[in-house]
Amino acid sequence: MLLYILRRLGAGAVLTVLVTLITFLLLSTSLDDVAATILGQSATPETIAALMADRGWDRPVAVQYAEWLVGAVQGDFGQSVYNALPVGPTVLQRLGVTLSLIVPALLITVLISVLLGVWAASRGGVADRLAQVISLIGNILPALLLAIGLVVVLAVQLSWLPATGYTAPADDVLAWMRSITMPVIVLVIGGVASMAAQVRGRMIDELRRDYVRTRRTRGASTSSIVFKHALRNAGSPALTVMSLEFIQMFGGALIIEQVFALPGYGSYAFNASMQGDVPVIMGVTVWAVLLVTAVNLATDIANGLLNPKARVH
Amino acid sequence: MSTDRDHGSTTAEAASTGAVAAGHAVPRMPMWQRVLRDPQAVITLGTLIVIMLLGALAPFITPYGPNQTDLHAVNAPAGTPGYPLGADESGRDILTRLLHSINTATVSALIGAATALVVGATAGLVGGYFGTRTRAVTEWMFNLVMTFPGVLLLIVLMPVTGGDYRWTMLIFGVLLSPGIYRIVRNLVVGVKNELYVDAARVSGLTDLRILGRHVFFVVRGPIIIATAFMAGSAISVQSGLAFLGVGSREIPSFGAMISSGFRNLYIAPTQFLWPSLLLGLITTSLVLLGNALRDVVEGSKPAPAKVGAGQRAEVVADAEDAAAGTPALLDIHDLAISYPDPAGKQREVVRGLSLRIERGQTVGLVGESGSGKTQTAFATLGVLPDEAVITRGSIRFEGRELIGLTDAQLRPLRGKAIAYVPQEPMSNLDPSYQVGTQLVEDVRWALGLDGPEAKRRVLALLERCGITDPERTFRAYPHEISGGMAQRVLVAGAVASRPKLLIADEPTTALDVTVQAEILDLLRDLQAELGMAILLVTHNFGVVADICDHVAVMQAGRIVEVGEVARLFAEPRHEYTRMLLGSILDEKTVRADPPLVASEEGIRP
Amino acid sequence: MTLLEVEKLRVAFRTRGLRAKPVEVLHGVSLEVAAGETLGLVGESGSGKTTIGRAVLGLVKPSGGSIRFDQREISGLSRRERRTLAPDIQVVFQDPYSSLNPAMTIGEILSEPLVVQGTVAKGARARVRALLDQVGLPSDASERLPREFSGGQRQRVAIARALALEPKLIVCDEPVSALDLSTQARVLDLFIDIQRRTGVSYLFVSHDLTVVRHISHRVAVLYQGDLVETGPAPDVTSTPSHPYTQRLLLAAPVADPALQRRRRERRARLRTSTAV
Repeated sequence: MLLYILRRLGAGAVLTVLVTLITFLLLSTSLDDVAATILGQSATPETIAALMADRGWDRPVAVQYAEWLVGAVQGDFGQSVYNALPVGPTVLQRLGVTLSLIVPALLITVLISVLLGVWAASRGGVADRLAQVISLIGNILPALLLAIGLVVVLAVQLSWLPATGYTAPADDVLAWMRSITMPVIVLVIGGVASMAAQVRGRMIDELRRDYVRTRRTRGASTSSIVFKHALRNAGSPALTVMSLEFIQMFGGALIIEQVFALPGYGSYAFNASMQGDVPVIMGVTVWAVLLVTAVNLATDIANGLLNPKARVH
Repeated sequence: MSTDRDHGSTTAEAASTGAVAAGHAVPRMPMWQRVLRDPQAVITLGTLIVIMLLGALAPFITPYGPNQTDLHAVNAPAGTPGYPLGADESGRDILTRLLHSINTATVSALIGAATALVVGATAGLVGGYFGTRTRAVTEWMFNLVMTFPGVLLLIVLMPVTGGDYRWTMLIFGVLLSPGIYRIVRNLVVGVKNELYVDAARVSGLTDLRILGRHVFFVVRGPIIIATAFMAGSAISVQSGLAFLGVGSREIPSFGAMISSGFRNLYIAPTQFLWPSLLLGLITTSLVLLGNALRDVVEGSKPAPAKVGAGQRAEVVADAEDAAAGTPALLDIHDLAISYPDPAGKQREVVRGLSLRIERGQTVGLVGESGSGKTQTAFATLGVLPDEAVITRGSIRFEGRELIGLTDAQLRPLRGKAIAYVPQEPMSNLDPSYQVGTQLVEDVRWALGLDGPEAKRRVLALLERCGITDPERTFRAYPHEISGGMAQRVLVAGAVASRPKLLIADEPTTALDVTVQAEILDLLRDLQAELGMAILLVTHNFGVVADICDHVAVMQAGRIVEVGEVARLFAEPRHEYTRMLLGSILDEKTVRADPPLVASEEGIRP
Repeated sequence: MTLLEVEKLRVAFRTRGLRAKPVEVLHGVSLEVAAGETLGLVGESGSGKTTIGRAVLGLVKPSGGSIRFDQREISGLSRRERRTLAPDIQVVFQDPYSSLNPAMTIGEILSEPLVVQGTVAKGARARVRALLDQVGLPSDASERLPREFSGGQRQRVAIARALALEPKLIVCDEPVSALDLSTQARVLDLFIDIQRRTGVSYLFVSHDLTVVRHISHRVAVLYQGDLVETGPAPDVTSTPSHPYTQRLLLAAPVADPALQRRRRERRARLRTSTAV
């Protein structure tokens, strides 16, 4: 088991190097544009060349990447080319903001989805139709429209919640909760739409299996059949959906952060990307890959616990 | 001509095990014709076509260009002459920009979906059809793509794409492709394992022809469905990016318009509304179209039913007791069960069946597939599938009516007085729990035992049922034991409570003959030891001759003959029984004629 | 004259996992099928009987040994070379449900091998009619889909498909196991009838000694990847010499209560004698 985790972590490290290398190669082609942007009005071929030489951007890409990698391994991700802020701490701080949004959203999504999915699959009739309508609504509306709709109604019309801005939970828990309420609602609606449908479908399949019938003939109670047996077997595929959902929320949080003006990871990446801020983009990429690797590993381990056939020996 | 049994009745038999082939319920009509008959598909498709046409005809509908500004019209409200929906913060006509945005959305959807299709379907066909090594490589790559946070990647690559929405959509298409890859790969692997593909290979078809003729046919429906959904998400993502300000400001798009309207929310509150509504209409239509296509192509999915509600019955059970004297252990009278056929009409699969079982008897219920014997067993156990309805009759156990009872009302009998051994041992054990855990659950319910005592009891039962290393089997998961052993485990669970009636549904059909003989020996020994009655459902007269003392022969939902085993085999009275017994391959006859030898003059012995 | 000659055939399957060792399911099996003859191949699950059939059909790659058809080595053929054998070696599978493409009409299923081998459409239609007639199906069957037929009728379609190219050998993989009792006997009779008329050879794979006894001239018994007994059908299926075959014979219950009781007692004696 430990060996397996180590192997997976090793693979994750290789992947991180690979992805950052490709990113770096792609980005290095636009370094002269970055130089021109920094120089602004005073950009001429000469001044650009001088700046490139000064920053060391005219050296071979391999050398530059190696230099970056050596720094990164020691925890030094360099600094923004525009404002000289160190990348490492900023990325972590921004990641914190985004996670403080996504983690509650994911937990609520899972809770609602499992309840709704199990309820629909084991009761049928009205419960089932309601679950399907909820899924449909979430599927139909793009997150962007939902977010704007919420701002217009809850913040502008009713003034119940602040339209934009973020308060750290360390500063004021209540204000934090108010600041993330609307973003979380948007994430949850989108998440529940896909996940509840998955749980429902899996549960319907499980409840029709042979072993469920046999358990019934052995006098098993309805709750034992639904929760102990069917849900457990439906759980392992649902878990995979959950990890994909997390990664999707992570990627999609950007638009929401922008609508609600939250200083999150996505908007940090976005601004850096708009300006071609290479060190920041690299830092953002590294942490994204690490996060994804960690989530996938956690999912596989949890899957092994749920599903004996997927267990690693 | 053969007088094979009517094939319709096999549907119910198959439905009971949840294994109706996908093709069964779908009427024979080309797919596009079925799509055109579905109102939801027609309406959404029509809406999308109208919207696309409006976009394509934009230059002929409005006099302005999409980026043409008029300083006099800045933030003009809707209804201003020449500006039916008003103008935006730069004085551009909103209607014009809306119409041109449609084209951007269309192109985005086309590029995104087409890329995903080409990449995903090609890789899926290759990875699914060819060897495991090719598949491992494609699998790894697509898993990688799938676990990458999509929008973030698009953002990171912005300096490379320059923000051009077409390039962005191309990359987004690649990000969507794992979805298509999975669908195609799974279908192809499934089809590849179908025997008809093997038969096609043996017939000399080339791989290309097999892919085109047999595989593509299966794959195309799900691909079309997925395309509708992918087009929707491509448009959503493009709008989101444009909202953020990615890409050229010259390109009119819903996202850019919403963004501009959102900034102007306090000045001109309706500006963001128009692009939002149109975008919402398009994505809604695409999702609803996808749903409609899915219903058409895949047929209706099983709807959930209330767990524990008990089987459906249209009869009102009369509480009056059976005739005086001691009632039979099991008394089934005039039982009828019906299933909906593909057209939705009710079809009876059991048609007025009556059967009595006395204490300690072993009764064989024999018949060919589709005769309704398994349905009868399920009805007695109260576990008919949700589609089935009991339309008349009564099932009495020790005089007590069972029809109409819920799971909760049946529980005191189940696993105690009435027990069940299924046909397919593997699928009847929960794959997620150790064998012992499941048996402890049975013992706890049946005998009220707990903790170490329950475990001791389970180990004793396993040993009694012929398992040589009970401790090890106790700890094993179902996939770690053989079919024969799994069947012993199921028998052990069934007899834990010393039931009065054991219903065994083809308990040896899935097993090898040598294992079958052992299981039959076990059942015979247990029967003698516990004095229980057995209702043994089977199609095999050898099994009946081996273990039963009475036998009931079923044909098309009715019992045509009942009798003591020795009598029935020696002098069958009903014509159908005689036909069945006559069809049994004789023990004595062997092939006598010598092989023919082919020669130049033709065939001669 | 020997038509098919399998010599020291070995087949191993790769198992899941990169470093896992392949599992060998056939450990060097040799058998022969003469022209016009039926060789019955009996065994239980895991004996490798189906794998032999699939190896002869080229659906499984042997890891050792040779398969000769008409004096020609066919075990290592490429897919292209293999296709030239299609007119000679054909197959009927166990499951009449998954062996016919549910989306194709019976006519399309039957003409597919013909068209592949270059028969023109008109000739193919006439041949399809003849084939349907040969297996006892009405000629209007060619317009219908497989799901409109019962299991027994579908198996007749599968037999017709196998006959389409007038092969010399048909590998029959449990072709009657999925059928009802009354249908089983009729389909077996059809097999025998066709063999008498065309002189085709069968490699007839089954788990059921009774079925094999009915149709085979010679019988080979397979146990866990090894051949344990081969011989004329009457000898092997009635008075077997190998203990495994004896066990197999005694384990199959007969449809006669008195006879079955005696057989059960004999089996019990055999068990106690071998257990010691």
